[in-house]
Formats: sequence, C-alpha cells, structure tokens
Amino acid sequence: MRALTWHGKHDVRVDTVPDPQIVNPRDAIIEITATAICGSDLHLYDAVIPGLMPGDILGHEFMGRVVETGPKSTLKKGDRVVVPFTISCGACFFCQQQQFSACDNSNPVEKQEASELLYGHAMSGLFGYSHMTGGYPGGQAEYVRVPFSDVGPIVIPEGPSDEEVLFLSDILPTGWMAAENADIQPGDNVAVWGCGPVGLFAIQSALLMGAGQVIAIDHYPHRLDLARKLGAKVIDFKQTHVLEALMEMSGGIGPDAVIDAVGMESHGFSPDALMDALKQKVGIGADNVHALRMALMAVRKGGRVSIPGVYGGLADKFPIGALMEKGLQIRTGQTHVQRYSKELLHRILEGEIDTTFLISHRLSLEDAPTGYRNFHGKQDEWTKVVLKPGMAQGS
Amino acid sequence: MHRRQTDLPLAAAVLALTVGAGLAASAILKTGPKRPPDSAPGRTARRSGFGGYQVAGRTVTIAAPRSRIYEMWRKPDHLTDFMEGLAAVQVSGEDVTWVIDTPDGHLAVETRLVEDRENEALAWRSVEGAEIDIEAKVQLRDAPVGRGTEVEAHIAWRPRAGIVGQWAARLRGADPKMRGKQELKRLKMLLETGEIATSSNRKAD
Ligand SMILES: [Zn+2]
Ligand SMILES: [Zn+2]
Repeated sequence: MRALTWHGKHDVRVDTVPDPQIVNPRDAIIEITATAICGSDLHLYDAVIPGLMPGDILGHEFMGRVVETGPKSTLKKGDRVVVPFTISCGACFFCQQQQFSACDNSNPVEKQEASELLYGHAMSGLFGYSHMTGGYPGGQAEYVRVPFSDVGPIVIPEGPSDEEVLFLSDILPTGWMAAENADIQPGDNVAVWGCGPVGLFAIQSALLMGAGQVIAIDHYPHRLDLARKLGAKVIDFKQTHVLEALMEMSGGIGPDAVIDAVGMESHGFSPDALMDALKQKVGIGADNVHALRMALMAVRKGGRVSIPGVYGGLADKFPIGALMEKGLQIRTGQTHVQRYSKELLHRILEGEIDTTFLISHRLSLEDAPTGYRNFHGKQDEWTKVVLKPGMAQGS
Repeated sequence: MHRRQTDLPLAAAVLALTVGAGLAASAILKTGPKRPPDSAPGRTARRSGFGGYQVAGRTVTIAAPRSRIYEMWRKPDHLTDFMEGLAAVQVSGEDVTWVIDTPDGHLAVETRLVEDRENEALAWRSVEGAEIDIEAKVQLRDAPVGRGTEVEAHIAWRPRAGIVGQWAARLRGADPKMRGKQELKRLKMLLETGEIATSSNRKAD
C-alpha cells in the first residue's frame, strides 16, 4: 500500500510499504477514506518529539471502511468508522475509569521503558506517533491496522460526509476536553491561547458549555478571524499587551479559566537537545512555556488552568509561585477520546457542532508532503489539511 | 509472537538523565547511623547484597480473580504463552525445569515446588546439587476494591559456594529485573485483554 512515512526533520515521503494484517484477535483493518494532518504531526515533522524512526507511518486522525476483522472484533466488514487516536483496551483499571489515554495494556511492554524513566509511567499507545507511545503505524495511508477495534472505533451512520465526522478522531474531543478541564461555569470569562484547530474547538466547546465571553489570543489574522466567527473576542498579541487587555476585558478580575492550546511549539524536547543540555549543565530540554506562563499570570485568583497543548519534557522558569499563591487548579492530559465519541457524534448529527469550517485544503495522499510543507510554513491560510487516498494526485 | 524492539538512542538519553540524579542521591545516602527498618519491601532497599543473593522483584495489579492467576502459575506449562524470556517449561510432579533464554543461549534451571498455598502463594527452589541457588516466589493479594489481584513475583539467586559464578553472570546478562517486570506486564495484558499488545503491522513470518 501507499503510506506517508517519516524520514527525519522536514523529510516525509509517500512510500510503498507492506499492507497491514490482522495480528491480534481484536484487530480490524480499515481502508482509509479520509485522514487529516494535525498540529502534533508538525512536532514530528520538526523532529522535536523523541522516539521516531525512519520509515514510521504517520497519521492519527483518520476514518474509513472496515475491510477485515479479527475473530474478537465487534465491527463488521463495510462498517464506516472514525478511529480515536488513543488506543485503549477498555478493560484495565484506567479504561474502566474512562481515563482511556492512560490505558495500561495498549502500549507494547518493551516500548514502555523510556516513558517509565522519563515520566514515571507509560501512557496508552497512540497511532502514528512516538515509539514512547507504542510506535503504532498511523493512518496517513491506504490501510491501517486498528487494535482493540471493539473499543475505539465509532460506527458512523450513512448520511454525514467524512468531513463532518473526521475530527471525532482527535481535535474535536481534544477541544471539548480542554473546555471540560477548564470547568466552565455559566457566564465565565475564558481566555484561549492559540487559534489552531484545538484552540478553535475549545472556543466552540466553551461557548456551548455556557461561557459568557471567550477571548482568543493568536497572531495569525485568518485564525483570529475564524475565532471571531465562532463568537470569540480576539486579541492579536503582535499589536496588544495581552495581560493588560485580559484584565480590562474581564472587569479587572482576570479570566475565570484559561486554556493553553499552544503547547511546546518548536523549542522542543529531543534526545539531542537533552544530551546537549546535560553536557552544558544548564538544564534539560526546556519546553517553551511562554503561553502557559502568561496564562498562569493572567488567570484570576482561584481560577482554572486547562492545558490541551502538547508538552514532552521539562519547563524552565515555570511560575510555580503564581500557581500556588493564587490557588490555581490545573488539569491536562492526552485526550480520553473514547469518553466523548458518542456525545460529540450526537451533537454533530443534531447540527449543534460543525467542524467543516476548519478545513482549508483537501489533497490526495500522494500530495501529503506538500500538505506538510504548507501546513508548517503557511499556518495562516493552511488551517487544516484533509488527505483523501481515493483522490487523484494534483487535484 | 512479535519481535522485541528497543529505542536505543532515546533510552540512552533518558538514562543519562537518571544517572545524574542517581549520583546526587547516593551522595545523600552515605551519611548517618544505622536506621530502624521501614515498611518497604526489602528488595527496594538502598543497599546491595542480600546475604550474598541477588534479588529482583515486581508487583503488578491485574483485574482478574486470585484463583485464575494462581492456576496459571500452579500449572506453569503455559507460561511460555506470555513469557518471552522463557524458552520452555518442563513439569514433572512437583519438579519444574525452567529453560531460560539468555544472550548466550538456553539455561536450564531445575527447581522443586516448596510452597503452595492455594490462591495465595507459590514458591520454587533449586534442587540439591544445582549449580545455582535460586528461589522464585509468586504471592497473590486482593487489590483495593474492584481492582483485582496484586501479583508480587520475586527471585533471589546466588552461585553455589565454590563455583565461579559464570552461570550467575549469564543470568545477570539476561537482566532479570527488567525482564521480570516485562513478563508480568505481558501476563496482565493477556489476562485483562486476551492478547499481548504489539505495534507490529504484520504477523511474524
Ligand atoms: Zn491530532
Ligand atoms: Zn485499558
């Protein structure tokens, strides 16, 4: 089959690779009809997430048709499914608590060692990501093997288009959980850093949960425009003092809840950076926490901090004093996608949530490297790229 | 079965980090008089040498009843289903021979069942005259409500007096500590999900 593979920093290619097979009894094989490039794929593209190997197939936002099932799969051939990016067994203590991204049994045993050293524990397996989360081949391909297919995939009824439901795989539930983690109360002032896909869906979710005012912070005019269309007030940090503005726009109190949908961006965490830093004895793989630092300063006393943005390493100059003295609460984590699938599908089918406004470009799988280059280099216009293996190249 | 893969550069980087922390910790350790014992399992003590024995052990919580886990260990023929480091198990009454994979090939360890408390504990000890003095024990306890069973497995081993420890060195080369932990996690996967997770896209040829 054809698949988008990673070969190093800013080097992704569409290669011919062996088709996936049913390996374990609960597996299913999905023929991909639509798959998206995610902001966290750009972390891989920039080679700031450790544990990728040349030839790895990327892609964790995908959907398609079931073409083959293992003996313990509950899916049927022909089912149309969206697949959560978190791989979860459904049976372990964490899955039972609906903490699906903490699943004990989906990250292969020998892949857990690095995470245990770095974080104390290993998290669930993820598609198309670091080998620290299993190194599972991703869905930017013609076919994908889906483990625990009786737990993750959500069957989509005929009717809605792929584009209407594709984002149930990651960014819609991630934005939703970001707002849920901010514990939005009716009338709240909420500030959201970053108007990428997750930030935009967090804005949409916060408003649905009853926020009185959502203030979106970014510097890309087009992204700010999308935020405004969703009903947010916007701050362009290139032209405005953010902290001052947030105080003024929240009656001198500060936002009740803040959401960091930026993450570590490009100043990242990699084995090389770690080793260098270690040699210099100046610190270790400092994640860029600029947005988070500002969010902690801005949020009101006793306020809530939600971090959907991805971090991998350690933070330098983290304002622990503001956190403690102001009595803040922090909630974060990789999304427990399966927890939200049903409810969010329902909201899409009812017309309460539309996610298609985000899609700026549709490309064939063969054109995926172009998609990466432009999503990376022209973030203002290239807000979301959907790849369609069935589409002709160059169309 | 899937192939074992390791992410070497990553593991090295992470290891470098923890080594730094370890040095600082050992500096703190070398102070103070003898302390009264604490509540922690002995194998977690910051000392080496347990009466000449090497020890390795690990606890894992498995969402399965004690009886089910006890049965698996009581009739150990099927342990090779999930224990990748175990080439074969030969059972003859109370005698069990464990054939272990090491970097230098197979090692056969002849043991006898020396403790058998139903749904609570099983222990095997090397037989008289064996080159190595080894004991392996599995203990089962109820986990907090709804979590299943806490499975604690540990082994202690030392070469027989007078025998140069080539044998023990081979066992050490097999890294019993990490291996034991990984085998228990595989057991947990098998009992909780019916399969052992692998990111391999293809059946092993
Ligand atoms: Zn994503
Ligand atoms: Zn699980």
